[in-house]
Amino acid sequence: MIDKRVASVHDAVADVFDGASVMIGGFGEAGSPVELIHALIDQGARDLTVISNNTGSGEVGLAALLKARRVTKVICSFPKTANSTVFPELYREGFTELELVPQGTLAERIRAGGAGVRAFYTPTAVGTPLAQGKEIRDFEGRPCVLEHGLTADFALIKGRVADTHGNVLYNKTARNFAPIMAMAARCTIVQAASVVEAGAVDPEAVVTPGIFVDRVVGVADPAHESALIAAGMSYPPAQPDRSERA
Amino acid sequence: MTEQTAVKGRTREQMAQRLALDIPNGWYVNLGIGIPELVARFVPEGRTLVYHTENGLLGMGPSPDEGAGDPELINAGKRHVTALPGAAYFHHADSFAMIRGGHLDLSVLGALQVAHNGDLANWSTGEPGAIPAVGGAMDLVAGVKKVFVITQHTTRDGAPKLVESCSYPLTGQRVVDRVYTDLAVIDVTPEGFRVVELSPGVDFETVQERTGAPLLPALTPASAD
Repeated sequence: MIDKRVASVHDAVADVFDGASVMIGGFGEAGSPVELIHALIDQGARDLTVISNNTGSGEVGLAALLKARRVTKVICSFPKTANSTVFPELYREGFTELELVPQGTLAERIRAGGAGVRAFYTPTAVGTPLAQGKEIRDFEGRPCVLEHGLTADFALIKGRVADTHGNVLYNKTARNFAPIMAMAARCTIVQAASVVEAGAVDPEAVVTPGIFVDRVVGVADPAHESALIAAGMSYPPAQPDRSERA
Repeated sequence: MTEQTAVKGRTREQMAQRLALDIPNGWYVNLGIGIPELVARFVPEGRTLVYHTENGLLGMGPSPDEGAGDPELINAGKRHVTALPGAAYFHHADSFAMIRGGHLDLSVLGALQVAHNGDLANWSTGEPGAIPAVGGAMDLVAGVKKVFVITQHTTRDGAPKLVESCSYPLTGQRVVDRVYTDLAVIDVTPEGFRVVELSPGVDFETVQERTGAPLLPALTPASAD
């Protein structure tokens, strides 16, 4: 019998090790697996390389993982948000290295990694600073840059429904990077609002087939970054100030 | 630099309206953040365009009413949007296959600089200490069939944005087809910038004065009325 369920988000990320590479789904807050990221902060792994499109908002979720100084490198396409200074400060300080990748090249590198394609040529970024130092080769007279597939030790992604075999369905634009990250990671961990028995999901509707998923954990009412930020939250939550109680 | 006289060209809305006139019915279109987003408001009656947002939606509709947004239904600018009848969701590799595989008809983008050979710079001023961020711009200009730029003709300080060669880091080489500014509509041709149309009340010399490369005059229409 196959049953990929684990009991808690903390169990799900327990074996993430120091120095691991971790793909984290999400585009902005849509699809960001906030509960898995907070569990990873609690777990304590450090010197992580994070592969994600953005670098988080406020001081929750991905931005909180960065703020906890657990991430020494990010591979991403757009490390800026209007409402977070966490990444810019770590970048300027030199604590967190940035590998900037065009968004489509990032997606294709992840897809290629998951599909066993070691590298590919693309015209995107030719003649720009992001192609500097990379091999250029002409195809039908058009210069293209060599880009390498990306894999990772872990992927943390968010689904709407997952079954015990690890088949996953998503919600609207929260799908974004999750299906390709699931393919590209050696251990893919899914948090899903609804976890169901095998057979409850129409096979025609499956977006990520279970072969790409290792662990499934139910998070019934997942938090959105914007709601946490609006509520003034940061993670880990601030300790009560004892001096004020005196 | 010569002293510039004040000139009033098109507003941002009028620029977007002018650009929208040039998009044929049925095109699949990606609109960038900022002025490009305004284009959706001015699609002429009788035409239907399908909007692509690179985070994973074809058939994007307007923003929902205040408070009715779904945090998991957003556009590339991370704003709440809606999905129209006929819409489809997909993952990022499929979304960028639409872009990079040449399936989208048109990309409308903002610009820091456009060179007369069609080079575009629109993602970085290369300032030391700035956080570089590129998103999907390089993929869009490399892959989409047509690239229209919509931008003010000059910077806030009056410096030309249409130039001989870009001083800022490039987004792509020889990628821009046409530029819509407050002062004119300008094609990028093998001979350089060619004025297609001047904004109402704006003359050629005024536009040339504010452009950092030579402009070719509009070709005379074959049958003027």
